[in-house]
Amino acid sequence: MLVGLQGSGKTTTAAKLALHLKQKGQRPFMVATDVRRPAAIAQLTTLGQQIDIPVYGEGNSPQVIAKGALKRAKEWGAHWVIVDTGGRLHIDEPLMSELSELKKELRPNDVLLVADAMTGQDAVRAAEEFQAKVGLTGLILTKLDGDARGGAALSIRSVTGVPIKFIGTGEKTDSLEPFYPDRLASRILGMGDVLTLIEKAEATMDAKRAQELEEKMRRATFDLEDFLEQLRQVKKMGSLTQWLDMLPGFSSLTRRIPQEAFDDKAMKKVEAIILSMTPRERHMPQIIDGSRRRRIARGSGTTPQDINQLLNQFRQAQKLMKDLSRGRQRGLLSLFR
Amino acid sequence: MIDLWKKTEQGIRRTKDAWLGRMSRLFEGEALEQEAWEELEEALIAADVGLDTTQKLLTQVKEKARRQALTNTSQLRQTLMTEMISILQVDGQRAASTPSGLAVILVVGVNGVGKTTSIAKLAYALRQEGKGVIIAAGDTFRAAAIDQLKVWGQRLGVTVIANRPGADPGAVVFDAITAAKARGADVLIVDTAGRLHTKYHLMEELKKIQRVVTRAEASCQGLLVLDATTGQNGLIQARHFAETVGIDGIFLAKLDGTAKGGIVLAICDQLNIPILYIGTGEGVEDMAPFDAQRFVEVLFS
Repeated sequence: MLVGLQGSGKTTTAAKLALHLKQKGQRPFMVATDVRRPAAIAQLTTLGQQIDIPVYGEGNSPQVIAKGALKRAKEWGAHWVIVDTGGRLHIDEPLMSELSELKKELRPNDVLLVADAMTGQDAVRAAEEFQAKVGLTGLILTKLDGDARGGAALSIRSVTGVPIKFIGTGEKTDSLEPFYPDRLASRILGMGDVLTLIEKAEATMDAKRAQELEEKMRRATFDLEDFLEQLRQVKKMGSLTQWLDMLPGFSSLTRRIPQEAFDDKAMKKVEAIILSMTPRERHMPQIIDGSRRRRIARGSGTTPQDINQLLNQFRQAQKLMKDLSRGRQRGLLSLFR
Repeated sequence: MIDLWKKTEQGIRRTKDAWLGRMSRLFEGEALEQEAWEELEEALIAADVGLDTTQKLLTQVKEKARRQALTNTSQLRQTLMTEMISILQVDGQRAASTPSGLAVILVVGVNGVGKTTSIAKLAYALRQEGKGVIIAAGDTFRAAAIDQLKVWGQRLGVTVIANRPGADPGAVVFDAITAAKARGADVLIVDTAGRLHTKYHLMEELKKIQRVVTRAEASCQGLLVLDATTGQNGLIQARHFAETVGIDGIFLAKLDGTAKGGIVLAICDQLNIPILYIGTGEGVEDMAPFDAQRFVEVLFS
């Protein structure tokens, strides 16, 4: 059972949680009980269709819906029933008692408070009230993909005494992560989140492929095809800005650098140029002459200058790798020049 | 307008109980001791006013107290109120008509602040004033956002121009402007998908929507919806949205809780953006134009 203030992200989180369980091989079932907000039930139904998980929302009161839902979920053989509730203020007595009635009806294993990471000092009071009037077993902190540090999490955790179970990190249904206290602590203190970065790298990089690349680099047979491959792997890890945010000391820096500097356009351009080359050209860039250059430029919607620039960069990278593999310290230094 | 304020007062009173009630009590004694100043500072910070603005307020009050030799607590209280009002009184205008006759209000904000509900309230208020209103369903991303707006449109008898989910919001706005002009509407309110101010591509999308409006030679006013429960991040949000599309005013939503909304003092102080409206409930009538004098008075009463 998910509870919380209006706009904290309960409905989106319900879908994220359901998808998370489904990916673990479970059979989740979602219930929409928000009969007040216009189209709230339609919202969960739409999300359910997107992730192929059934949604129940028939009835004109939360309790009626809950009763029907439990019955339907049992028939369907659900492992988990995730109940979305309407957002409410912690001081709204009638709505708070509606919630505790609903809880009696559902007898849930977990009552999770969904809280916005951007929330201010008042979060404590709201959490306290939800704990006192409904009773909580855990928290989900949402919208952590912004620049909010999530310091309120500390207060909410301490006044309710219940653990933070998940964090929401994006608008898409797969943006839910288990909660790690040390990482949030680093974030609150502005120390970056290196662990998440490493995990992301591990998840996106194909270990075998990485080894092959390394081998090639060492033998200096690294060609433009490999270069493209590497580029794509890096791209899979998300935007450069996201990366930098996770690095210690960089979070304040990224805000000062103009966003254009991290434009993914440059990366797309490189990709377009390499894709406009023949396999032979990719393998032996030295054969690219004026006529080939013009053809590649036309094919990729760039200019011959762009292609020269890319080839220069590639040659430098290749030289660097050669130097590195021979163990020359100088090579490393030139990287930072 | 007075009736609206009555309703609103209930909301603000609760805020007061939580926040300035505590501050009012501080002023009941004879002279403000050092301890009391510290408690005042704490109360302002706990209300999300933020460190910078709190310091500024206190320094100003202390300075005035010293210069005018104020020791009486009620005088100090009056001074603090005056300072708060002067911070909150930022010159601003509500949507003005242009030669083309159409004013466009671009409603923006992060996810879940209450944009759609606030739009319904605004449309209702404008209708009460006898204005012709049309709403553009520019949130084509969130599931059922268009349906939500359509339900409001039906309840209010306001036309909602929408496209299918996933459509280009710029195209929706273009269609809505065409429709608004054809029907001779006075105001077009554009709903947009909630977006975190840190998402570069989503902020760029807002710029595009704005370009569609300015090309159609309609005046474009940026209205930022801010959740009263937001903490210091609200200041950063306001700054980012102002840099992207220009913000002419703020709609402070969800002021009916115990949240202090103190962040608006920080925003007015540091960004000079006026608070235009306040939202205090889920009904369409739960909105009032912002009045700094009244706001502070109710807080202190």
